[in-house]
Amino acid sequence: MKKDLRDQLNPLLRGIMVSRGIGHLKFLLSPDSLFKMWNVNRRRESSLSILSDIYLFLRTALCITCTAVLVIACGSEVSEPAEPLESASAPRTRLLTGEQYSNSIAAVFGEDIANSVLPPIPPMTRTEGLLSSGAAFVGVTSDQISQIQQSAASVSAKVVDENHRDFLIPCSPESVEAADGNCASLFLQSTGRLLTRQPLDELRLAELVDIANYAAEQTEDFYAGLALALESVLISPEFIFIVDQQESDPERPGFNRLDNYSIAARLSFFLWNGPPDDALLLAAERGDLHSEEGLLREVDRMLSSARLETGMRAFFDDMLGFDEFNSLAKDPSVYPMVTGSTLRDAREQTLRTIVDHLVTQNADYRDLFVTRKTFMSPALGVVYGIPTGNGWIPYEFPAESPRIGLLTQVSFLAANSHAVRSSPTLRGQALRERFLCQLVPDPPPNVDFSLLEEAEDATTARERLNVHNTNPSCAGCHLITDPMGLALENFDGAGRFRETENGVELDISGELDGVSYNSIEGLATAVRDHPKLPNCLVNRLFGYGTGGPASLQYDRDTINWLESRFVANEYKLTALLRDLAVSKAFSTVRTVDSQGKMGVGEADAVPYRLAEPDFSSQLQR
Amino acid sequence: MPFLIDWQNPILAPNYRDDLVKKLNRRKFLKGALNGGAITVGLPLLDVFLNDNGTAYADGTPIPLRFGTWSWGLGMSESIFVPKRTGPNFDLPEEIAALAPVQDHINLYTNFHVFKDDAPNLCHHSGWVVLRSGIAPMSSQNQPGETIDVAVARQIGNATRFRSLSATATGDVRNSFSYEGGNSVNTPEWSPLRFYQRLFGEDYQDPNADSFTPDPKVMVRKSALSAVQDDAKKLEQSLGAEDRARLDQYFTGLRDLERRFDLQMTKPDPREACVMLEEPENLPTGLDADLVAKRHRMMTDLMLMAIACDQTRVFNMFYASAFSATIRPGYDKPHHTATHEEAVDSELGYQPNVSWFTRRAMDEWAYYVNALANFKEGDGTLLDNSLIYATTDQSFAKLHAIDGIPMFSAGTAGGKVKTGLHIDGGGSPGCRLGYTAQRLMGVDIDSWGDKSNTTSSEIGEILV
Repeated sequence: MKKDLRDQLNPLLRGIMVSRGIGHLKFLLSPDSLFKMWNVNRRRESSLSILSDIYLFLRTALCITCTAVLVIACGSEVSEPAEPLESASAPRTRLLTGEQYSNSIAAVFGEDIANSVLPPIPPMTRTEGLLSSGAAFVGVTSDQISQIQQSAASVSAKVVDENHRDFLIPCSPESVEAADGNCASLFLQSTGRLLTRQPLDELRLAELVDIANYAAEQTEDFYAGLALALESVLISPEFIFIVDQQESDPERPGFNRLDNYSIAARLSFFLWNGPPDDALLLAAERGDLHSEEGLLREVDRMLSSARLETGMRAFFDDMLGFDEFNSLAKDPSVYPMVTGSTLRDAREQTLRTIVDHLVTQNADYRDLFVTRKTFMSPALGVVYGIPTGNGWIPYEFPAESPRIGLLTQVSFLAANSHAVRSSPTLRGQALRERFLCQLVPDPPPNVDFSLLEEAEDATTARERLNVHNTNPSCAGCHLITDPMGLALENFDGAGRFRETENGVELDISGELDGVSYNSIEGLATAVRDHPKLPNCLVNRLFGYGTGGPASLQYDRDTINWLESRFVANEYKLTALLRDLAVSKAFSTVRTVDSQGKMGVGEADAVPYRLAEPDFSSQLQR
Repeated sequence: MPFLIDWQNPILAPNYRDDLVKKLNRRKFLKGALNGGAITVGLPLLDVFLNDNGTAYADGTPIPLRFGTWSWGLGMSESIFVPKRTGPNFDLPEEIAALAPVQDHINLYTNFHVFKDDAPNLCHHSGWVVLRSGIAPMSSQNQPGETIDVAVARQIGNATRFRSLSATATGDVRNSFSYEGGNSVNTPEWSPLRFYQRLFGEDYQDPNADSFTPDPKVMVRKSALSAVQDDAKKLEQSLGAEDRARLDQYFTGLRDLERRFDLQMTKPDPREACVMLEEPENLPTGLDADLVAKRHRMMTDLMLMAIACDQTRVFNMFYASAFSATIRPGYDKPHHTATHEEAVDSELGYQPNVSWFTRRAMDEWAYYVNALANFKEGDGTLLDNSLIYATTDQSFAKLHAIDGIPMFSAGTAGGKVKTGLHIDGGGSPGCRLGYTAQRLMGVDIDSWGDKSNTTSSEIGEILV
């Protein structure tokens, strides 16, 4: 519909508003927003005639009017704006990440088998802040495929071994030394469906049964035959890649929607970091995920599942750059109390804190940066300097403690330090990039380092880094990292508290984007209240959920809309997850026609280098 | 069990072959083949895989040609690294004094340049990317295109279980200089224990075993591959060009896998130098120089045995990354930080701690070459038929300089290369060594490199 119709209706609309005495609500009932909502209704009715267009338009206008009157009567806020009309996401072909590979094996065959095999997946290139977004671009080399095959063989052999076959195979063959097509078919149909995240078509199933039968004859072993058929599923691209399959969207001309199975896969890797379960696949089989009601039902079920914790741990582990822990170590001559298990526990502590705060307590995301509640383990107690019991116990730092929020946890402090000393630059950069989605640029190659040499004997990091901030070619970048990092200098490279460095008292005053502070608490509060903080989380979650980096050009409005919902929902993570999961953007994809290059984000994406440390380490730290 | 279709000697021209494959109802095809007791697959081999075939062992070449790479980080202290004399019997300044025991096995190349042309000088990135791929990257987000080891592996890596193997001494899976393309990295082995399991685990066939029984499972695996490929065609239908290319790459990999299955069904030639090693211990993570050295030596020992057992002929060893973060116990700056922050000692004329790190790297380079040179194989050693190409990321790291970036080679590539030489490149492209190496390995190219890095000039001084 039809600009001229809209022009004719506008006076009519104004008439309605005036007649109802709500002319002053024009700001709310701008023709554009009205048209958006009308379009939403129109989609529901899928009606095409002009008459019903007019009817619907009027109905929408009346409905909004009534709502507005009610809202005013109640004296509360007006309702949030609707999702932008153009909302959609890029179609993706993602490689399973290492964790998703393991979680898939665990979901179908159990944790013990998943844990027995290292995932044969290459490391991802961090893209727009997330490793998982790199999965939309990474290629698989021949060498990698031979590893995928080796893992497939190893998993398959375990599935059919004597310890597992009775649990994992739903039938017994007539003879263990011969083929049994019926039993093979039963097993391959059910596991094939779970592994490829949709039912196997008849031909494919028949083919797999052929392989199983033939292999059983060759090896004179039913189970060996079954394992070989399973292997071929485990190296198939349908398992290894998550491919968004699309179809034209009857409700939104010009857009494609994901088919039911692709929606199911997006949902489950988003919320659980694993494959769809049986119930979700059943919903997809029924076509439920294309209906608002069916989709909501599944999303709510998934949000209340225990697997949500797995999913959110994976997301935050990625967003916080905790892959760094896989190769992190501290110099034992400087930090003798820090062992491998200390660092493992530090990572775990932060993930526990996040899950408890955001999922269990359903609390305000921003308060993660000022909370004093956490969990403590014996190994960490040593670093924090507090006595503790066995295992993980809830712990709350006292109000006068310098430990406040995520930035003062050992994980953040130690991961963003050198093996031998702290690094205000690394910490400041991590704060900018991880939590505020701001990119710290690379330094120029022709930096004059001679001033730094003179700072060799500096007693504190502030003295050493002062060189940067007085040198124009360094200051540009270092002024956006160092002041935040210096406020954390009360914590050494292992995250232990210290009053002094080399006998000199530390000055931890600083400024974050216009907010000055002179205490750790001041920095924590400045981060908590930073306007970029919520938007950054939304941006990362959008990329994580839709399987690739958000596009600056195409996804900005959607992200702003999600952010406004997030604000309205008091910064509750679970509400944001729900909004994103049921949004049009989540299940609709842009077509080639609608946007030329598909806006998959290559142009926007800023992948980090793979062969080098995760951060752009040219920076002098 | 015989194979009815021998792709090495195809009866049909490739186009006909493809058409035939398309026309076959695959399920019937598989069934028919099964009933007849023969195995076959609908996957034509790519021509590139036919460069060397199963006869390589039987054609009179007792020991295969091999290619390796080695890398260290952050260049050198020029005044105590670059010998005064060129040619044979060159002097060994103090920073490379550790190379004395292997001097006769190596060449040192200095005063070769890496050109960035209109590309920016990307710190610790441009240098290694040019030397490994011939192309100056435009941004630090650019990975190189295909790296030299991949090009060589396509030529000489088709007759072994692994096309190539990569290992890193850093313990960090992200450290690799081996790329099939900008987004496709060859993941290195980072844990000695894991590397061992991959090499000598279940699928390992001892070339010196008394008897050889083809594993029937391998035959099934091969026949099952065609089903996988068909599957994938359905997936590709609605994809954009780049995603389709990624899936195509996957199928190329599956075809390569098919070839490896073929190899597993023929009896490997005996390899007298090949013996099973003990399973190594697991190492902790960390970049303490002693720990890195230990890891490097364990990885080297495993890699050498993989070569001796002819599991691969192309191998990459990564001692330190471009931003080497190796630490010297008790010194508060990791290697990279030290290159920038440590003053040049006015009396010594170099940065003492930085030089300490470079010396440790040279210790390990010497260990590596020595290990190859002492590994007896037939009448000679593993090094005899090998060429190792060793590079770094900067010349003088303090200034991010890439002029005069040093390189090494080791080995004679089967008597084709003279060793024990110090070559002064006179400011010519460093890519000449990579070009020379590829030609020696039989890669059919007339030139290598992009823009000013382009070269078609071999380093003639080292050729026999």
